[in-house]
Amino acid sequence: MDISRWKMRQGKKKFQERTVTLAHGSGGSAMRDLIDDVFVGSFDNPTLSLLEDQARIDLGSLMLLGDCLAFTTDSYVVTPLFFPGGDIGSLAVNGTVNDLCVSGAKPLFLSCSVILEEGLEIDILRRVVDSMKAAALAVGVQIVTGDTKVVPRGSADKLFINTTGIGVIKTGVSPAAFQIQPGDIILVNGSLGDHGAAILVARGELSLETDIQSDCQPLNGLVDAIVSVCPNVRAMRDATRGGLATVLNEFAQSANVGIRLHESAIPVRKEVAGMCELLGFDPLYLANEGKLVVVVPPDSADEVLAAMRSHSAGKDARIVGEVIANPAGVVLLKTEFGTERIVDMLVGEQLPRIC
Amino acid sequence: MKYINEFRDPQKAQILIEQIRQISQQIATDKPIKIMEVCGGHTHAIFKYGLEDLLPKTIELVHGPGCPVCIMPRGRLDDAIALAQQPNVIFTTFGDAMRVPGSKYSLLQAKANGADIRMVYSPLDALQIAKQNSDKEVVFFAIGFETTAPSTALTTLQAESDRIQNFSLFCNHVLVVPALEALLANPDLQLNGFVGPGHVSTVIGTEPYRIIAERYHKPVVVSGFEPLDILQSIWMVVKQLAEKRCEVENQYSRLVNSAGNAVALDAMQRVFEVREMFEWRGLGDIPLSGLKMRSEYACFDAEAKFTFPGKQVADHKACQCGEILKGVMKPWQCKVFGTACVPEHPLGACMVSSEGACAAYYKYGRLSIEREEVKVN
Repeated sequence: MDISRWKMRQGKKKFQERTVTLAHGSGGSAMRDLIDDVFVGSFDNPTLSLLEDQARIDLGSLMLLGDCLAFTTDSYVVTPLFFPGGDIGSLAVNGTVNDLCVSGAKPLFLSCSVILEEGLEIDILRRVVDSMKAAALAVGVQIVTGDTKVVPRGSADKLFINTTGIGVIKTGVSPAAFQIQPGDIILVNGSLGDHGAAILVARGELSLETDIQSDCQPLNGLVDAIVSVCPNVRAMRDATRGGLATVLNEFAQSANVGIRLHESAIPVRKEVAGMCELLGFDPLYLANEGKLVVVVPPDSADEVLAAMRSHSAGKDARIVGEVIANPAGVVLLKTEFGTERIVDMLVGEQLPRIC
Repeated sequence: MKYINEFRDPQKAQILIEQIRQISQQIATDKPIKIMEVCGGHTHAIFKYGLEDLLPKTIELVHGPGCPVCIMPRGRLDDAIALAQQPNVIFTTFGDAMRVPGSKYSLLQAKANGADIRMVYSPLDALQIAKQNSDKEVVFFAIGFETTAPSTALTTLQAESDRIQNFSLFCNHVLVVPALEALLANPDLQLNGFVGPGHVSTVIGTEPYRIIAERYHKPVVVSGFEPLDILQSIWMVVKQLAEKRCEVENQYSRLVNSAGNAVALDAMQRVFEVREMFEWRGLGDIPLSGLKMRSEYACFDAEAKFTFPGKQVADHKACQCGEILKGVMKPWQCKVFGTACVPEHPLGACMVSSEGACAAYYKYGRLSIEREEVKVN
């Protein structure tokens, strides 16, 4: 790759504007200056610095890593942009990295497409981009292509980000929900609902003082630990919007099996549980941004649990349930009273109860 | 959680279940003992913890009309939506009222269509929005039983003291005892006793339920919301039946007293008066069962400040919520349960919020229906 243009760009002048204007999306020099300084200067890699309309990725180097390409996209529209435990930037990297790695893929390249609202402070944009840079560096992915659009004030809420990711799946690893069988064991890597609860509190509408932090984190290292001891992992999914309950309902329906959860085994921080009690929410449906649901054959469960607990992202991992033949397509929760109830798909979003 | 986990102890629950089983055997009846839990919060807890499955077959729970969201009639929802769609109005509401269907659509859909509808956690939040938007009229959708009515009343008094002119309430507060009386007056009713609402009773006390025990000869036990609270309350109701007593008892004495909360009752008395008639979804018109703003507070009364349709809209023809609320029919025996009537598209009151009997059965208990069918037949 010719890196002379990349080196040339490293000497560019500092971008001086204080707020985003429509000119920064016009395709002219204002946009070029913004992209050069804020994005290219920060993400800092030779592929992006070529500023072609596409990133060019050498196929030979990809084929050395595995035999299947994983390709995913996700958009991030969180309010507020910065919250305890993370921000929209780290979320946009980790969220897409996690969507890749739960397929067993090694995440390699991301795109970064931003929609900016006219009037957004450049300092806020810089903070977000710096956060993306740090998150990408931590995972070992490169942000190699992107796009910038500016919309008139009021047409978007400050800043939206789309990241698309590419990774390579190791030969012989192919987790997928349809492979789940009765007898399989279900694990999660830690407490549920932290991200959803942190966002609710950060919005400032509840007048609550808590130290709940988002669990925003990359899961690629944890997945490597799981796959190293159990290459035939049946299914993996990160439990984002809709929480654990939604992922398990998707699993049950895809594989036409039943799932039984054990209430006493489900890890929920007491602060999150307390907030849910207050609002009438169920933590099983709250969003996570660093939680993984893993389904493994029964004879691998203990080894996978130990491997998960040996990794920092899985130190609080638990076995939370098992796959059953019937009732097919249904998720059950065995309560601490020994009774069973259905854990259904969520209807709409959770709304706080009146009393 | 301190003072929560103690009320969720499975071992203690088993002891209570055994006591309920033993005492229910002392009652000579060939039919199940039907106990209505009035409050939606109780219904929610019963399903969440699967308490019905723990009870002996001799006990049957009937899920009452105490979900304030479920009982909002379609016509009043249409009025709320019409208010929200008026120019220059910010309409504020509790979250769980957003999905309740009017005759055409819900507040959630009205918001998507462009109305400025905002979810708040208390009427004081709505008052704050009014202070921040002096060029708009802020309307608060005041719903709920005596539990939420005091906070609405106190907010009105606060608005008066702060001389806020762009704030009003669309008052739909309802009263629990007249609704129970309406149920009790119905000859179809098949109930042996009541687990009384806990949150309402923190405001009104236990005294207002005396009429139910004395005139209608049904035991009432005011209950807390934790599993052991509910089980103990059921045991207390069954014990009264076994001892042929009909009294008002207070299981929730850690929060409820006989006289209620004087400050809350005074605020309600100052701001509200009782309506001659109020329509309840699933139950129809019930006399003296709703509250309206007193004329002295007309400047905070959305019904005085705005015009809107004000039409009653009949419940869906196929809906049998009335029979379900009276304990005559189980949710799944309704011909539209789980088919035309589901939480995504509720036809009737009981399917509207997760505290409604049908929604709770649909969401949590569909698997127990076959077992229940066997028990009923």
